[in-house]
Amino acid sequence: MSLDKATVRKIGFLARLEIPEEDLEGLAHELNGILGWVEQLQQVNTEGVAPLASVSETRLYWRDDVVTDGAMPEKVLANAPDGLDGYFLVPKVVE
Amino acid sequence: MTDLTSLTLAEARDGLAKGEFTSVELTGACLAAMEARKDLNAFIVTCPEIALDRAEASDARRAKGEALGPMDGAPVAIKDLFCTEGVQTTAASKILQGFKPQYESTVSARLKAGGAVMLGKTNLDEFAMGSANITSAYGNVVSPWQAEDDAAPLVPGGSSGGSAAAVAARMCLAATGTDTGGSIRQPAAFTGIVGLKPTYGRCSRWGIVAFASSLDQAGPMTRSVRDAAIMLGQMAGFDAKDSTSANVALPDFEKALTGDIRGLKVGVPKEYRPIGLATEIAALWDQGITWLKDAGAEVVEISLPHTDKALATYYIIAPAEASSNLARYDGVRYGLRVENGGNLDEMYMKTRAAGFGKEVKRRILIGTYVLSAGYYDAYYLKAQKVRALIANDFREAFKQVDVILTPTAPSDPFPIEGGAKVDPITMYLNDVFTVPASLAGLPALSLPGGLSQRGLPLGLQLIGRPFDEETVLRAAQAMEAAAGFTAVPTLLREGK
Repeated sequence: MSLDKATVRKIGFLARLEIPEEDLEGLAHELNGILGWVEQLQQVNTEGVAPLASVSETRLYWRDDVVTDGAMPEKVLANAPDGLDGYFLVPKVVE
Repeated sequence: MTDLTSLTLAEARDGLAKGEFTSVELTGACLAAMEARKDLNAFIVTCPEIALDRAEASDARRAKGEALGPMDGAPVAIKDLFCTEGVQTTAASKILQGFKPQYESTVSARLKAGGAVMLGKTNLDEFAMGSANITSAYGNVVSPWQAEDDAAPLVPGGSSGGSAAAVAARMCLAATGTDTGGSIRQPAAFTGIVGLKPTYGRCSRWGIVAFASSLDQAGPMTRSVRDAAIMLGQMAGFDAKDSTSANVALPDFEKALTGDIRGLKVGVPKEYRPIGLATEIAALWDQGITWLKDAGAEVVEISLPHTDKALATYYIIAPAEASSNLARYDGVRYGLRVENGGNLDEMYMKTRAAGFGKEVKRRILIGTYVLSAGYYDAYYLKAQKVRALIANDFREAFKQVDVILTPTAPSDPFPIEGGAKVDPITMYLNDVFTVPASLAGLPALSLPGGLSQRGLPLGLQLIGRPFDEETVLRAAQAMEAAAGFTAVPTLLREGK
């Protein structure tokens, strides 16, 4: 399969990356190169193979249901580009 | 007095204990070396005040007979992917410029708690995505090595290129690195040092800027195998804050260095000898086999049949996880924000377009695509299945052998200029020998084996069973002794 400019634009939006119109063509070419290369995996017979999501064989453990962290709003907000009264500020979302 | 910056961690530990020098002297010598080698661009941030404060505190503890451990007072560099409280942490990205974490990563906190002195934060490929340290928003790192016949600046490898250059150029005694597909081992090979990627789960990932969470692992970069053992002991251990951190016993890794590998079974995977493997890489590998045999090990050929599919598997899984992890850089909670009166989506899109570099964007787009509706099964799920086969190849092999020997990288270091021009896939091929162990979550170490015809370092890789860093280290030390690698980087030689 081959990515066209419209698809690259769409992926860009899904990833919330603005892509200038003049870069779409070049990116499509690069991404097609990579996708064409990984296509080789289709040659591998994986019938009946369970997908491996994590190599970690240790089971998740239970811990006591208690608060372990918190009560530090000023630290949480310390690096925020914009904040007010203990909140993060973003451009207006609801008209 | 010997040059303090050339000491190994083990020598510094012993010298500090005997009172031959102080941590302040040692730290001062490293800070001076960092200043003198600024042109290598190995550090993004230096923190001389913090370093000297910690060195003084270390000396004071020692004077009272309260030294903390083997690294108390040892000056080290921290890859700028570890969050360090109050010290800028950027992941070499513009999007995190000015970010000062309010907390300390578990690994750097452990080193600090053990008395290690932080000299600064080392340069890397942006978000650890790269094999040449040329994708950093803070400029490329220059290797302290040069080819005999050509003074063109070379790459130190990547992504932990700043850490590798700093250790090789004697700016610090050791450094932390992180490895997702080879980011500790390949730069270690390119700069003639030792780099160890521990078993997945051995070191906590808490507080490390995430790239691909099922692969990322922190580890030591040092000038000797013994130092790697010492430093791993100070970095590793169970951490409740990382759900993938393994609650397993932490051995005394240094004790594993018995020097005795008689009867050890070493596997040599035939699939790692592809047609066209560079002659000098093949020769070094053969040399490594001879060293192991001479030391009493038994070398057998093994098969890891899915090796040639590892790289493509990795370049689906790692970008997929990265696209998800990097969604957090949205201009809201930290880092860069670009706004021009638009709505929230526009703010996100402009911020991320301005903050991420080319390679990072490329991987986010690939990752987003392979996870998107309609393509998930064909790409991502398929890659996870092949990953299972690759992991199984190793499981089968380790029924037969105790450790596996391969080259670390397919070539010696290349020029920075050339690296900037190659297409992405050619660059990805650098990781062809390191990626399989990453996908399988296995411990793997690169040690310097010798020099190429051009006088540049070449590395050999040892891969072990899960949580058996001890065997890897023991075999590595035997090889280190046989290799007798004493070459120093070009820039450190007389008259340079």
